[in-house]
Amino acid sequence: MTASDLFIALPELFILVMACLIMLIDLYLPENRRGMVSFISVLTLLFAGIMVMRWQAVDSSTAQYAFNGTFVRDRMADVLKVFCFIVLGAVFVYAKHYLRVFKLMCGEYYVLSLFLLLGAMVLISAASLLTVYLGLELISLSSYALVALNRDDRRGAEAAMKYFILGSLASGLLLYGMSMLYGVTGSLSLSDIAASVAIAGDNVMLVFALVFVVVGIAFKLGAVPFHMWVPDVYHGAPAAVTMLIGSVPKLAAFAMAIRLLDNGLVPMQGDWMAMLTVLAALSIIVGNLVAIAQTNLKRMLAYSTISHMGFLLLGVLAGTAQGYSAAMFYAITYAIMSTGAFAVLIMLSKSGIEAENLDDYKGLNQRNPLLAALMLMLMFSMAGIPVFVGFFAKWLVIQAILDVGLLWLAVVAVVFSVIGSFYYLRVVKLMYFDEPETTDKVTAPADFRFVLTVNGVAQLLMGIFANALIALCVASF
Amino acid sequence: MDMKTLLLLIPLLPLAGSIIAGLLRNQIGRAGAHWVTILGVAASCGLSFYVFKLIALDGMAAINTSIYTWALTDGIRFEIGFLIDSLTVVMMTVVTFVSLMVHIYTIGYMRDDPGYQRFFSYIALFTFSMLMLVMSNNFLQLFFGWEAVGLVSYLLIGFWFKKESAIFANLKAFLVNRVGDFGFLLGIAAIVASFGTLDYAETFARAPEAVGQTISIFGGAEWSLLTVICICLFIGAMGKSAQAPLHVWLPDSMEGPTPISALIHAATMVTAGIFMVARMSPLFELSEVALSFVLVIGAITALFMGLIGLVQNDIKRVVAYSTLSQLGYMTVALGASAYSAAIFHLMTHAFFKALLFLGAGSVIIAMHHRQDMREMGGLRKYMPITFITAWLGSLALMGVPLFSGFYSKDLIIEAVHLAERPGADFAYWCVLLGVVVTALYSLRLLFLTFHGKERMEESVRSHLHETPLVVTIPLILLAIPSVLIGYFTVEPMLFGGFFQDAIYVAPGNDVIGEIGHHFHGPLAMALHAVVTPVFWLVVLGSAAAVMIWFWKPQLATWFAQTLSPLQRMLDKKYWFDEVYQFLFARGSLKLGNGLWRYGDAGLIDGALVNGSAGIVGRLAVLFRHLQSGYLFHYAFAMIVGLILIIAAFVILDKGMLEGIF
Repeated sequence: MTASDLFIALPELFILVMACLIMLIDLYLPENRRGMVSFISVLTLLFAGIMVMRWQAVDSSTAQYAFNGTFVRDRMADVLKVFCFIVLGAVFVYAKHYLRVFKLMCGEYYVLSLFLLLGAMVLISAASLLTVYLGLELISLSSYALVALNRDDRRGAEAAMKYFILGSLASGLLLYGMSMLYGVTGSLSLSDIAASVAIAGDNVMLVFALVFVVVGIAFKLGAVPFHMWVPDVYHGAPAAVTMLIGSVPKLAAFAMAIRLLDNGLVPMQGDWMAMLTVLAALSIIVGNLVAIAQTNLKRMLAYSTISHMGFLLLGVLAGTAQGYSAAMFYAITYAIMSTGAFAVLIMLSKSGIEAENLDDYKGLNQRNPLLAALMLMLMFSMAGIPVFVGFFAKWLVIQAILDVGLLWLAVVAVVFSVIGSFYYLRVVKLMYFDEPETTDKVTAPADFRFVLTVNGVAQLLMGIFANALIALCVASF
Repeated sequence: MDMKTLLLLIPLLPLAGSIIAGLLRNQIGRAGAHWVTILGVAASCGLSFYVFKLIALDGMAAINTSIYTWALTDGIRFEIGFLIDSLTVVMMTVVTFVSLMVHIYTIGYMRDDPGYQRFFSYIALFTFSMLMLVMSNNFLQLFFGWEAVGLVSYLLIGFWFKKESAIFANLKAFLVNRVGDFGFLLGIAAIVASFGTLDYAETFARAPEAVGQTISIFGGAEWSLLTVICICLFIGAMGKSAQAPLHVWLPDSMEGPTPISALIHAATMVTAGIFMVARMSPLFELSEVALSFVLVIGAITALFMGLIGLVQNDIKRVVAYSTLSQLGYMTVALGASAYSAAIFHLMTHAFFKALLFLGAGSVIIAMHHRQDMREMGGLRKYMPITFITAWLGSLALMGVPLFSGFYSKDLIIEAVHLAERPGADFAYWCVLLGVVVTALYSLRLLFLTFHGKERMEESVRSHLHETPLVVTIPLILLAIPSVLIGYFTVEPMLFGGFFQDAIYVAPGNDVIGEIGHHFHGPLAMALHAVVTPVFWLVVLGSAAAVMIWFWKPQLATWFAQTLSPLQRMLDKKYWFDEVYQFLFARGSLKLGNGLWRYGDAGLIDGALVNGSAGIVGRLAVLFRHLQSGYLFHYAFAMIVGLILIIAAFVILDKGMLEGIF
C-alpha cells in the first residue's frame, strides 16, 4: 500500500472516517439536536463529491488501480459515485422529515446509510472478486439493519428477516460462482479472469460459474425470478429506508453487472446475453403486470422497480458501449425519479401513518397543486412519456437492443411499457379527477419542499436537456 | 453581452414574466402581475428595436445561428436557432410594440376581471410564442411557435370559460386550425422527406434541384413535389391567417376579451401565415401553380369577407370581418410575388387594426360591455380621444392618400395589376371592388358609433365618459404609426432593397421592382393617386357611405328591403357555418357515433381493450398469488430459477450433450 493508493481511494476513506465520527457525535448529541447529524451527513456528501470531482489524478480518461489492482477508479466510477452522493443527499433531506414525523430520529439511520454508501462506492470501484464481494456485503448488511430500523413494527421486522435470509442465500450462490471462477482461472482480479477465460474457451465449469454470478446480480437488481424479496421489503421497510434501497444500491448493482460481466467475463458475452435476455423479458412482463393489481403505492413502486430493472438489463445485455451507457443513463435517472416518488409519499404521510394507499392520493390537486404537479411529472417520467427524462432512458435502451438485432425483445419492452403506463396514469387520475377524502393541509419543511421541487422539475429539465447526461454516460465507456 | 444572449433574452423575458404572473399569481397580486409582464415585454421590445437598428439601419449582416441542438437523429438536427434578418426584425418590432401597447391597455380593460393575473400570463406567453415563431431558423421551431400561439389563442378566446358562446368559439377555432395545421404538418413532413433537413437555409439551397420532381399521392397521378409542399404549407397559413374557406373561426374568436382581439386576432398571430409564406418565398417562387392558388384564395377572402362586414351590427365583428378582408389583401400580394408589399401591409395593418380594435374596446368599456352598434351613436362628444383615433385608424384602413394604409394597399393593387399569372385578373377586380367595400364598412362603423342620434338607454348614457389614460395612451401611441409609418417607410422598405436577403423573388416575377421604376417618392405617389382608379373608388365608397348612413339613414333600411336576398346571404355569411355545421360537425358526430358504437365499443373496447385488460388483470392476480408471503416459497422460486437457467445453459448446451453421448 502506497500513498498514491490512499489518494485514489480518498473519497471512500473520507466517508469511512466520517461515518465513524458521526456515530461518535451522535452519542453525545442531546435528543433535540439530532438534526445536526443530518446536516453533517449532507456536508459529508458534499465534500466527498468535491473530492471525486476536483481531485482527479492526472488523466481522468484512463483507469487508475490501487491496492494491488483490487480497486479501480475510472470515468464510470466517478460519475456513478457523484450521482450516489446527489441522490443520497436528497434522501437525507427527505428522511430527516420522515424520521421526525415517525419519531425515529436517530443517528443510526445516517451511519448505516453512509456505510451502505461506502459499500456502494467500493462495489462501483471493484476490480477484483474480493472487492465486489466486500462492497456487496457492506451494502447488504447495512440494508438488513435499516429495514428493521423501526424495531417495534412487526412488518418491518418480518421484511428484514426475509431480506436477510434471501440475501444470504443469494450471497452464497454468488460466492459459489466466484469460487468456481477462481478455481478455473486461478485469479481474483477481474482483468486476469477475462484474459484466462478468453484462453480457456468453451468450459462447462465456466458456464456453471457464470450462472451463479448472474443469479447474484439478478438478486441484487431484483430481476424476475429473483425478485420475491422486493415487494415485501419495499412494503415492510419504513418509507425513508425504501427510498434509500431503491436508489443508491441500484446504481451499485448496475456497476456490479458491468464489473463482473463486462470487465470480468466479456469473453462469455454470448452466454450472459442470453441469460439476461430471459431475465429482462420476465422482469418487464411480470413487473408491469403485477403492478397493475396493487392498491398499495409502495408495493406498486416495488413492482415498477422490477420492470425498470428489466429495462436497465436491456442496456447491459446489448453488450455494446452504447448499451452500457444507455443502461447507466437508465440507472441514474431511475434512482432520481424513484427517490422523488417516495418523497411525495413521505410528504403525504402524517404522524405514524404512511400514505401508502392509492386512495390517499385522491384529489391531491385540490389539496396541494404543486405537490400534485410534481407527482405528475414523476409519474409521467416513470411511464416514459416524451419530453420527460424517463422517455429518453427507455428510448436509449431500446435503441441499444435494436442495434444488436433483438427486435422481438424491443417489441415486448414497448408493449409492456404501454401496459405499465396504466398504473402510473392511475395515480395521476386519482390526483386530478377524484375528490379528496380529507382536506388536511399537506406540509413539509422548506428544505424538503425545495429539494422535492427540484427533483420533480428535474424530470422535465433533464428530458429537455438530456444531451449533457447522455454525453457523460457515453464518455464513461 | 454577446449577440446570442441578447437574442435569447428577447423571447425569454416575456416567458419569464408569463411564468411569474401565472404561477405566483397569488403571491405577487394584480399589480405585480401587470408590472412583471409589462417590464418583460417592454425590455423585449427595447431589445427588438435595438436589433432592428443593427440590421436595418447599421446594415449588419443577417444572423443565422443555432442556440441548442436538442436531438440529432439520422442526420436530421432538431434544434433551437435564430434567423435574424430584415424580415424578422420587422416582425419582432411590430409584435413586441403592439404587444406592449395591449399590455398597458389591458390594465384598464380587465380592471375588474377576476382572471386578471391569468390574462397577463397568457398574453406574455403569447408574445414569447410569437417571437419564437418569427425568429426561428428551422421548421421545427416554426411549428412549435405556430402551435404555441394557437394554444394561447385557444385559451384566450375561451378566457371567460363560463360563457357558453366563448367555449363554442374556442372549440371552433381549435378545430378549424387543426385542419390548417394538418396541412402545415404535411408540408413540413414533405420537406423533411424530400430534403432531409429542417433547416431553412439548407431547404432553400436544395429546393431548386427539386424543380420538375414529381410524386404520386393517390394512385397514378403525378404531382409536382414543390407544388404539393407549397400548397400544404399554405393550407397551414389559411388556417392561421383565416383565409376562406378556413376563415370561420376568426369572427367567432371575438368572444374573447377585446385586447386579445387586437393583439392576436388582428395584429400579430393571424399574420403568422402571411409571414410564413413570405419566409418561404424561395419555395413558393418555384411553383407557379401554388402562387396562383394563393392569389385566388386571397382575392376571394379580400372581397367577400369585406362584404359581410357591411351587415354586421356587433362593433367588434365589423372590425373582425375587416381583418379578414385585409388578410386577404396580404395573401393576394403574396400570390402576386409582391412579398415585400404583403409584409409592408402586414406592418401598417398591425398598427391601424390594433388601433381600431382597441378603439372598439374603449367604446365597449364606455358602453358597459354592450357591443351592438344599433344601441350606440353620437359618442363623439363623450369620448373625443377614442373618436379621433378611431377616425385616423379608419382613414388608414380605407387607404386615403398619405395615410399608412394608402401606401401598402395601393402597392398591392398595383402589383396584382402587373402580375401575369392565372387568376391575376380575377384578383385584380376583387381587390379593386374591395376598396369600395372597405370604405363602406369603415365609415358605417364610424357613423353608427360616433355620429347620429344617441340610441343607447338612459342608464348607459348617464355614465358615458372618456376611458382612463391606460386605455387612451395606447390609442394615441398606435395612432401615430397608423398615420405616418407608410409615408416614411414605403421607400426604404420596398424600393431600397431592404428585404433583398430575406425574400427571394424570381427574376420574371419582380412586380415590385417594376413599380419601383415609376416611384418618385411618397409625396409624388400620393399626388399621383388622384389619377388612379383606386382613389376614385375610395371616394365613391365614401360618398355612398355618407349618403346611406350619415345623411339619409332611411336609405339603409330601403337598401336592406330591396336587396333582401343579398342582405340575407351576407347576414348568413354565405351559409359557411351552416354547411360546416351540417357536413362536418354533425356528419362527423354521426360518423363518430357509428364508429364508437360498432367499432370502439364493440370491437376495440369490448374485444381488444377490455378483453386484453381482462387477460392482463387475470394474469396480474395470478402472479400476485405467487407472492404468497412465505419465505420458503421465495427461496424455492430462486432455486427453481437457478436450476432452470443451469438446465438451459449447461445441460442442454449442445456441446455438452455431444460430450455425454
